[in-house]
Amino acid sequence: MKMVGRIGFYLLVALIVFYAVFPFYWAVVSSLKTGSALFTADLIPASPTLENYIALFREQPFAHNILNSAIVAIVTTVISLGLAATASYALGRMAFRGRTAVSFLILSVSMFPQIAVLTGMFELIQVTGLYDSLSGLILADLILTLPFSTWVLTAFMGELPRELEEAAIIDGAPPLRILTDVFLPVMAPALVATGLLAFILAWNEFLFALTFTLSEEQRTVPVAIALISGAGGYEIPWGRIMAASVIVTAPLILLVLALQRRIVSGLTAGAVKG
Amino acid sequence: MLRTASLIVASLTLCAAFTSNAQAKVTVSISCSSLGIEMELCRDGAQAWAKQTGNEVKLVSTPADAQERLALYQSLLASKSDKVDVFQIDVVWPGILARQFLDLNQFIEPGKQDGYFQTLIANNTVDGKLVAVPWFVDAGMLYYRKDLLDKYGLKAPETWADLETAAKKVMEGEKGIEGYVWQGRAYEGLVCNALEWIVSNGGGGLLDNAGKATFNNPQATAAIDRAKTWIGTISPQGVLGYDEEQARGAFQSGKAVFMRNWPYAWALVNAPDSPIKDKVGVVPLPKGDGDKAVHTGTLGGQSLAVSKYSAHPKEAVDLILYLAGSEEEKRRAVKGAFNPSLKSVYNEPELKNDAFFSTFSKILESIATRPATVAGKGYNQFSSQFVRAVHATLQGQSTAEDNFSSIRTSWK
Amino acid sequence: MMRTLAGRRALTAWSFLTPMLVVLALVAGWPLIRTIILGFTDAGLGDFAESQFIGLANYRGLASDPVWWRAVANTIGFAVISVTIETILGLIIALTLNTHLKGRGLVRAAVLIPWAIPTVVSARMWGWMLNDLYGVVNAVLLGLGVIDKPWAWLADPVLSIASVIAVDVWKGTPFMALLTLAALQVLPREIYEAARVDGVSPVKVFFQVTLPLIRPALLVAIVFRSLDALRVFDVIYVLTGDNPSTASMSVYARQQLIDFQQGGMGSAAATFLFVIVAVFATIVVTAGRLKVGGVAR
Repeated sequence: MKMVGRIGFYLLVALIVFYAVFPFYWAVVSSLKTGSALFTADLIPASPTLENYIALFREQPFAHNILNSAIVAIVTTVISLGLAATASYALGRMAFRGRTAVSFLILSVSMFPQIAVLTGMFELIQVTGLYDSLSGLILADLILTLPFSTWVLTAFMGELPRELEEAAIIDGAPPLRILTDVFLPVMAPALVATGLLAFILAWNEFLFALTFTLSEEQRTVPVAIALISGAGGYEIPWGRIMAASVIVTAPLILLVLALQRRIVSGLTAGAVKG
Repeated sequence: MLRTASLIVASLTLCAAFTSNAQAKVTVSISCSSLGIEMELCRDGAQAWAKQTGNEVKLVSTPADAQERLALYQSLLASKSDKVDVFQIDVVWPGILARQFLDLNQFIEPGKQDGYFQTLIANNTVDGKLVAVPWFVDAGMLYYRKDLLDKYGLKAPETWADLETAAKKVMEGEKGIEGYVWQGRAYEGLVCNALEWIVSNGGGGLLDNAGKATFNNPQATAAIDRAKTWIGTISPQGVLGYDEEQARGAFQSGKAVFMRNWPYAWALVNAPDSPIKDKVGVVPLPKGDGDKAVHTGTLGGQSLAVSKYSAHPKEAVDLILYLAGSEEEKRRAVKGAFNPSLKSVYNEPELKNDAFFSTFSKILESIATRPATVAGKGYNQFSSQFVRAVHATLQGQSTAEDNFSSIRTSWK
Repeated sequence: MMRTLAGRRALTAWSFLTPMLVVLALVAGWPLIRTIILGFTDAGLGDFAESQFIGLANYRGLASDPVWWRAVANTIGFAVISVTIETILGLIIALTLNTHLKGRGLVRAAVLIPWAIPTVVSARMWGWMLNDLYGVVNAVLLGLGVIDKPWAWLADPVLSIASVIAVDVWKGTPFMALLTLAALQVLPREIYEAARVDGVSPVKVFFQVTLPLIRPALLVAIVFRSLDALRVFDVIYVLTGDNPSTASMSVYARQQLIDFQQGGMGSAAATFLFVIVAVFATIVVTAGRLKVGGVAR
């Protein structure tokens, strides 16, 4: 009986992985095909070639684009997590008037479609002289990452038991120390999850990157991919685009693999008594 | 003697000052496609001009997707940015962006315009203002499988009825092949296809010069209704979701007998690795019934405009005229199959003797233009309402006549 | 204020809150206010200065436009179905990943892939895969004998809605799974130990112990996923174009703003969208009894 359960379980895992990964597998396969082979449904390329990858780096400063994306994503994530952590401490653990209103205000920022805030943001970016710079992008991406980072960390923060901070309060630790030494370590899974999601969001952000940067030196990866064009205006060079997507997604996967080992599962034994 | 000498020195210095001013290096920024051969050709041409005039050019990449490019242009122009001097614009954009561009009539001698196809100049003229110089042209064409038609003893179709018969015959004989693929998704490409059906059936050009709707007439609605009968018979159901690349994909992988597409597909279907290489022929699209029926194709292509916020308008115009000049257009035609906008270039031997270019120049004579310039800023709205009406008809939601009557009738 | 404990606590709270609020106000303040104001004018694109105040005219126009209401219906239907499926699937995946599975890290990374691929790419990729004649989906289904002739995934009115939802579910489930997993991982293991010792069935443990404990985090994930779903643009536009039967509110708003250059109308549509989203979010938060800014028990 247990065997059946086991097999069923692994089948479920296999199904989940297949569902998530198949399109990516398809992207990898397509990136190894060129020309007409792209219109076939071969699951394994008949004559695989690295032509697309080589051309990708040859035809544009793709490595530089990746670097730009990395800078924007890392800085945005760090700032978001920092600001969200402090804010969530207040929202999640302190009772004060206006708490609900502030929370909803933060949430409402995420309720506008990106296209609507585009023109306003464009003016803001221009006025501050940040047009065509990575700093402008970082600033713009914060509008996307701050609200959900704050809300997620608040939810986790609010669920942690009182006993955690009581000991520190009795010891007379200042609030900031309580946050950094007591709560953040325990919330590691939440921090990692939120950080990952924020990173990916900033990494893949397209509309702001397209509108707020113009020169090749400032371009990020999603825009670079959108600019990949074929021989004529209408041709969409699938092979190149798939190769670019594979290159772009790989670091994210590696990032997840690297980070997930640092996720401490649950509260470490001994931190809470009873 | 001293006085003469000093006079000479003075005038020489003055000359030197003048000439050095005239030769002050100017950097002109041009947005003309992003990558691939289109970019190479643009870059080479622009740099040739730069060398010739002692200036510099900077290429600015913009997205290939028309929607995204338009949005980016609008952001730049709305912010009065001088970062881009020359803009490559789509054939349906002059009306939308007219206010932001210079009137090129004031920079080009009157005679020089006559070399371009009149339809193109008319398309680019908004309220008497020449918004952009036509650069290269596209038109919808009919691609067909020569080998399959030969096999069944068929000729390239002259009328839509011919196409239907031919498609059915081949589909009966061959397994797993569709008859006719085209662009049926609800986007601008469908407007192009629909315009071709209507004009080829003698149904007029959608809007008249005063912006009044002319499409709700029997010839036009009959054309759309005919297209509806193709779906599920000679065209796959999926055609209602196809764009240019998806139609090409179906045709190029050998799954269709006929395809409607732009000229860009020609080089690709004949590429070395194409399964249908050397098996493809191309003719103007079929015509419909009635005495006003013609062979036609919808006008596509790009023009070059100068931003009114440009810091160097004179040099920018000079660059445009070089790029859209006969030398450069011929080079682009031969190297990249970009169809020229100048009539004279088609008479060059390289183009005249080429089957593809001569077919294309025939289509140009009766080309159909979308009413973008007439509708001006309202063109996108018109296009949206029109596309929805057509798409709804094709999906079987009510008749063409009913759907057309829901479109606004005045567009000025 | 410093004199009372409550007052001092409030001061601390605000001092922790302020950095984030300042940044958010700086970044979001002007764009959002501008959008709302523009909704009351007849501005075109970019000519703010020349626009006229026209009161509620834009909103009246929206209210009387059947295409807009169709978009609203499409979007809400799409959001409800997508988010429900994503939540359930995300939960299943999170529960699976929360076990001592060999190669857990790899599976976790694999599961995140759909979220990690840029939308501009994945939407087009699915369009390619769902093509009826040369797409891999039909090829596989035909090969397995599940269908006997190619299905028009993106053209048939019913199938296209299903395809759009399926693609969004594919893309959005990792978000739900990741946050749910994080919620599961901060739960103290003692609870499960206790339940096992007591001999309570795993299903009962899940519904009566686990679910209530992860409810706050789960609800936040649902709220934000819903916000995303209600503002959906790429998936719908790339796969089905300007088709009223699948168009979302964002597609409508963007069309007004960019294609039609109606800054006023587009901003009004965006604000209307915002109101609908706000109502939706409030419903989810209230129904889920989420303590907005919860204080620990």
